[in-house]
Amino acid sequence: MYAPDFAYYRADSVAEIGRLLRKHPGAKLLAGGHSLIPLLKLRLAAPPALIDIGRIGELKGISVADGRLRIGALTTHAQIAASSEVAAHAPALAAAAGVIGDPAVRNRGTIGGNVAHADPASDLPTVLLALGASFAVATDDGERAIPAGGFFQDMMTTALGEHDIVTAVDVPTAPEGQGQAYEKFSHPASRYAVIGAAAAVGLTGGKVGRVVVTLGGLVPAAIRAGSVEQALSGQAPSADAIADAAAAVSNDLGPDLIGDIYASAEYRRAMAPVCVKRALTAALKRASSVAEAPAARSPWWKPSWL
Amino acid sequence: MNTVPVLPKLIGRRIKRREDPRLVRGRATYVDDVKIHGLRHLAFKRSDVAHGRIRSVDTRAAAAVDGVEAVLTGAEIAGFLGPMPIGTPFPSPDHHAVAVDTVRFVGEPVAVVVARDRYAARDAADAVVVDYEPLPAVVDPEQAMTGQPAVLHADYPTNVALGPLSRGTGIRRRQPVDDTAVDEAFAAADMVISQRIVNQRLAPNSIEPRGVVAHYEGGKDELTIWSSTQNPHILRTFVARMIGLGQDRVRAIAPEVGGGFGAKINIYGEEYVAAALSKRLDMPLKWIEDRSEAFLATVHGRDLIGYVDLAARRDGSVLGLKLRIVADIGAYNMLLTAGIPTNSMTMAGGSYAFPAVRVTLTEVFTNKTPTDAYRGAGRPEATYFVERAMDMLAREIDMDPAELRRKNFIRPDRFPYRTPLGAVYDSGDYEKTLDRALETAGWAQLRTERAAARAAGRVVGLGLSMYVESCGLGPSAMVSPGGWEHSQVTVERDGRISATTGASPHGQGNETTFAQMLADQFGVPIDHVTIRHGDTAVVKQGIGTFGSRSQAVGGTALHNAGIKVKAKMARFAAFLLEAHEEDLVFENGTIAVQGAPSSARPFAEVAAYAYKPVKRPEDLDPGLSDEAFFEPLNNTYPFGCQIAMIEVDRGTGEARLLKMVAVNDAGHLINPLIVEGQIHGGLAQGIGQALIEEVVYDRDGQPLTGSFMDYALPRAADFPRFELDHTVTPTPVNPLGAKGVGEAGTIGSPPCIVAAAVDALSPFGVRHIDMMLRPEKLWRLMQGEPS
Ligand SMILES: Cc1cc2nc3c(=O)[nH]c(=O)nc-3n(C[C@H](O)[C@H](O)[C@H](O)COP(=O)(O)OP(=O)(O)OC[C@H]3O[C@@H](n4cnc5c(N)ncnc54)[C@H](O)[C@@H]3O)c2cc1C
Repeated sequence: MYAPDFAYYRADSVAEIGRLLRKHPGAKLLAGGHSLIPLLKLRLAAPPALIDIGRIGELKGISVADGRLRIGALTTHAQIAASSEVAAHAPALAAAAGVIGDPAVRNRGTIGGNVAHADPASDLPTVLLALGASFAVATDDGERAIPAGGFFQDMMTTALGEHDIVTAVDVPTAPEGQGQAYEKFSHPASRYAVIGAAAAVGLTGGKVGRVVVTLGGLVPAAIRAGSVEQALSGQAPSADAIADAAAAVSNDLGPDLIGDIYASAEYRRAMAPVCVKRALTAALKRASSVAEAPAARSPWWKPSWL
Repeated sequence: MNTVPVLPKLIGRRIKRREDPRLVRGRATYVDDVKIHGLRHLAFKRSDVAHGRIRSVDTRAAAAVDGVEAVLTGAEIAGFLGPMPIGTPFPSPDHHAVAVDTVRFVGEPVAVVVARDRYAARDAADAVVVDYEPLPAVVDPEQAMTGQPAVLHADYPTNVALGPLSRGTGIRRRQPVDDTAVDEAFAAADMVISQRIVNQRLAPNSIEPRGVVAHYEGGKDELTIWSSTQNPHILRTFVARMIGLGQDRVRAIAPEVGGGFGAKINIYGEEYVAAALSKRLDMPLKWIEDRSEAFLATVHGRDLIGYVDLAARRDGSVLGLKLRIVADIGAYNMLLTAGIPTNSMTMAGGSYAFPAVRVTLTEVFTNKTPTDAYRGAGRPEATYFVERAMDMLAREIDMDPAELRRKNFIRPDRFPYRTPLGAVYDSGDYEKTLDRALETAGWAQLRTERAAARAAGRVVGLGLSMYVESCGLGPSAMVSPGGWEHSQVTVERDGRISATTGASPHGQGNETTFAQMLADQFGVPIDHVTIRHGDTAVVKQGIGTFGSRSQAVGGTALHNAGIKVKAKMARFAAFLLEAHEEDLVFENGTIAVQGAPSSARPFAEVAAYAYKPVKRPEDLDPGLSDEAFFEPLNNTYPFGCQIAMIEVDRGTGEARLLKMVAVNDAGHLINPLIVEGQIHGGLAQGIGQALIEEVVYDRDGQPLTGSFMDYALPRAADFPRFELDHTVTPTPVNPLGAKGVGEAGTIGSPPCIVAAAVDALSPFGVRHIDMMLRPEKLWRLMQGEPS
C-alpha cells in the first residue's frame, strides 16, 4: 500500500488552486484525503501531482444568512455533525455527517471532498439532494452555482469540470413545520451506506405538504423517489399512508441496482421501502413535534473561526 | 519498631499492564522501527491468478526502475533456497517460498525485488511481467475431492492432503475399526439430529502486519533476524537450517509484536527469502507486509465443514456423536496447517460424557490462501459443531438448553477424564460454571423479557453454549518443537530481578503477570522486576506463545527458576543471619528470620553479598541466577459458559447483540484484569466470526474480501457491555493451578451467538443458520425462504 510517485503542491488561496491546476494538467486536489489517499495506496489512481488545499481558511466554516446555510468545502464531517447551526437548520445533514465512517474519518473528511468524489455509497449526496442544496463552484472564468439535482451524474461522476473547485455548499434552511431525517443501513466493514434514505417533509394543517425523499447506495448516483413523494403528499400522515408511500419506491428504482457479496441487488431493492419508511416516519415525527424541538446538541469542541 | 512499608501480595490482583504506556504512546519498537545502515527493501510480485502455470517471468522493466538493485524469480531463488519445511508429521507436497513453475492461490509470490526504498521496490514489483498458462481453479473443498476441475499437486490426485483419519470409540491403533458401540448408540436412539455445519474461513488481521529485517554480517558469518513472530526460537531453528548456518550463528529477535492470533506462529517464505538473500547479497534487508498483502499472504483460519449426527433419547440423554469433517486447507501445508483440524477432532466431544463418539477428518487442497492456526486453532470449530448439535437437540425435544447440557456433562468426580477421542481432561466442574452463568445472566428473567419482546412483535432470541478447550500445550509428544518452556531468573547485584521467558508475548501482558509472580515470590516491589523476552541472544531457550500456554507453561518455568534462585539466596541470607534457611521470610524487600523482624536485612544487601561473598559456605558458589525448563505432563482444559441475547431487525435482518455473558474457568488467575482483557478480545473475535467476518472467494479463486472495505472487523461500539465472571477449578498439571485463557472467548462465543439468532428466528421455523449472520441471510429466512 504505497502510493505511486507524485509531485506535491500546497495552495494558500482559491486563486492559487486555479493557477496550480492550470499549470499541472491531471493534478488532483487533496482535501481530507480520505477518499483520494486510499485510491493512491491501492494504486487505482496515479495523478502526477497533488494540490493540497487543506489549509485554505476561506474554504472553512459554517454560517447562516438569507435563508441558507453556507458550509465551506473544507468543513469536516465532525464539524458539521457538531454544529448547532446545522442541527437547527438542516438536521438531516447533521445526522448524516455524524454517521459517516468512524471518528477518524469524520475528523479528516470534508464535505467538499465527499461531494466531489461522489461515491455511490456516500451519505452526503443523498441528504444534500433531499435538502435542495447547491454547490458554489470556482471555475476558470469565475463562479457558478450547481444545484445538487444536476451535480451527481453517475458513479463517481459529477458536473464538475477539470479545473472546477467546490468552494462551499449552500443548504436552504429548513422551513417552519418541516421534519427531516436520514436513515442509514451501514456496511459493517467500511461503514459506508449500503442504503441511505433521506426525507424532508412539511406538515401543514395535519396533512403532508411538500415532501422530498432521496436514496443512495442502491444506484450509481443518489436519486429522488418521486413516486413516494407523490403518494404521500396531501395525505394524513398515518402509518398506513407512510407504508403505502414507501412501497411506491419500487417505481423509482430502475432494473439495475448495485449488489455485492454483502447485500445483493434483490435484497437492496427489498430494503429500499424499509429505509424509506423509517426515514419518513422519523421525519414526520419531527415535523409534528417541531414546537417542542429539542435544543441542538452543543458542540463540545468549537474551533475559533466558527 | 517496624517502619518498612508492607508490600501487598500481587497475585490475584488487578494490576494495570506495564506494557501499555509505551504501546499507547507510540514509544514501542516494532520490526519496522528497526533501521540499519545500508538497509535495502524487499517487495514481492504476487500472483493475481488462483491457478496457473508460469510460462515466463520478465524482470527487465523491473530491473530498470531507478533504485532497484536486484530482481529474482522463483526459479532463481530455488537455486539457493530449498522447499519450506513443515512442523507436522504428515506428507506434504513441495512448497517453495517463491513459486517456481505453478501458482496455486492469489497472493502467492512469483518474484522478489531488492531496492533502495520500499516505493521503488513496489514500483518494480508492479513492473514484473508474468505470463501464466491459466489452469482451472477449485475453491469448493468437496468439489476438489473429486479431482475436478483441478488437481493442485500431482501426487494428490483427489486434492486430499490428509485422511480420512478416524478417531473415537472403536478405533485403536493398528486394529480394525470396531463400529459396534457407535452403531448400537444410534440404533438405541429415539432421534438423530443431523446437520451440515460450516465454520467459515477468516482472516486473522493482527493490527501490526508481518515484517522481517534480516541482517547477515559476512565478517562474523552470523545472521540477526528481527521478525514479527510469536516464536523467535522456532524461527531461529528453521531459518538456520534453511540458510545453512548453525543455530549458534543465528539470533532471532521478536521486538514488540502487534498481535499474532496464531498467524505469526508459522515461519513464512518472506522470512526465509529475506534471510537467504541477506546472506547471499551480504546486505541488511527489510520487508514489511502491507494490509492488502496480509489479506492474501498471511494464513487464514477455520474453513471447516462438519457433518454432525447426534443420537439421543427423548429425555435428552445423548447416546452418540458422529462427526465427519472436511477441512479446506488452501493451497499448501504451512507449519501447523495439517495439525489444526486434528485439534477439532480431539475436542469434538465438548464437555459431555457421550458414550460413543466417532470423528473423521479429511483435509483438502484448494486454490486459496493456506490455513493455519487462528485464535483457538481447531477448538472453536469443534466447540461450534458440538454446541450447534446440542442446541438443535434441545430445540427438537423442547428442553431448556441449560438443562440438556446439565444432563450430559462429565461429572466432577470423573476427572481426570479420558475422552473417547484420546484427550485426558485434567479437571472440571461444568455445572458450577453453568449455574454461575445462569445466575449472572438472570436466565429466568431473560426468558420473561424474550416473551414480552416477542409479544410486542420483536424478533429476539437467547443463546447458551458451553465450551471446553485444551490449553497450556503441552507434553512434547503433542507439540512438534517440544512442549516445554524455559526461564532464567537473576537477582542482580543491586537486588533488582531480571527474568527471561521463552514464551514470547505479543499482547498477552506477561511482562506484568510474570513480574507479579516474582515480586510475590521474592517479596520485592514489582518495580524491581523486569521480564525480558523475544530475543534468542537474551532468552537462552524457548518455544513460544500459542495455545494459551504462556502462563501455564512459561509461568511455571519462571516460577520454578525463581524457586531455585530463592533457595540459593536463602542460603546466603542464612549464612549472614546465622539462621536456618527454612526459618527465613522474604517480604517487604527484606529477608528476615521468621518472628524476628529486627533481624531483617535488606534484600539488596543479601543480593550484593552473593556477588562478593567474602566468606561463604564452601559448597555455595557466588551469584544468583538459575534457569528452569518446564514441561507439563498434560494439557490443561479450561471451560466456560456463555449466554447471549440478540435482536434481529424485522425489517432488515440486521442482528444486534443485546447481552453477552461469559463465565470462564481458567483455574487460578494471576491478574483478573488481564484475564478480562483477554476474554474481551476473544469475545470480540468470536462474535465477529458469528456476525460480520468471512473470507469470500469467487468461483475462479479471486478473493472478494481483500480489504477492510469488505472484510469487517468488530469495533467496540458494536457490543453491549460484556458481563464476565469466573469460577476457579485449578489444574493439577502445574503448580500454579493456572489453565490459560487467551483463546477462551473466541472458542466459546460463536455457537452462543448463533444459538441466539436461531432462537430469535425459531418462530420462522429456523433450526440452523451458517455463519456469518449476514442481514440478507436472516431477512430471507424471515421471508420464509429455506435455510
Ligand atoms: C474508512 C472510511 C470510511 C468512510 N465511510 C464513509 C461513509 O460512511 N459515508 C461517506 O459519505 N463517506 C465515507 N467515507 C469517505 C469520506 O467521507 C471522505 O472523507 C470523503 O468522501 C472525501 O472527502 P475528503 O475531504 O477526504 O476528500 P479527498 O480524499 O481529499 O478528495 C476526494 C476527491 O475529491 C476531490 N476534491 C476534494 N476537495 C475538492 C474540492 N473542494 N473541489 C473539487 N474537488 C475536490 C479530490 O481531488 C479527490 O478527487 C469513508 C472513508 C473512509 C476512508
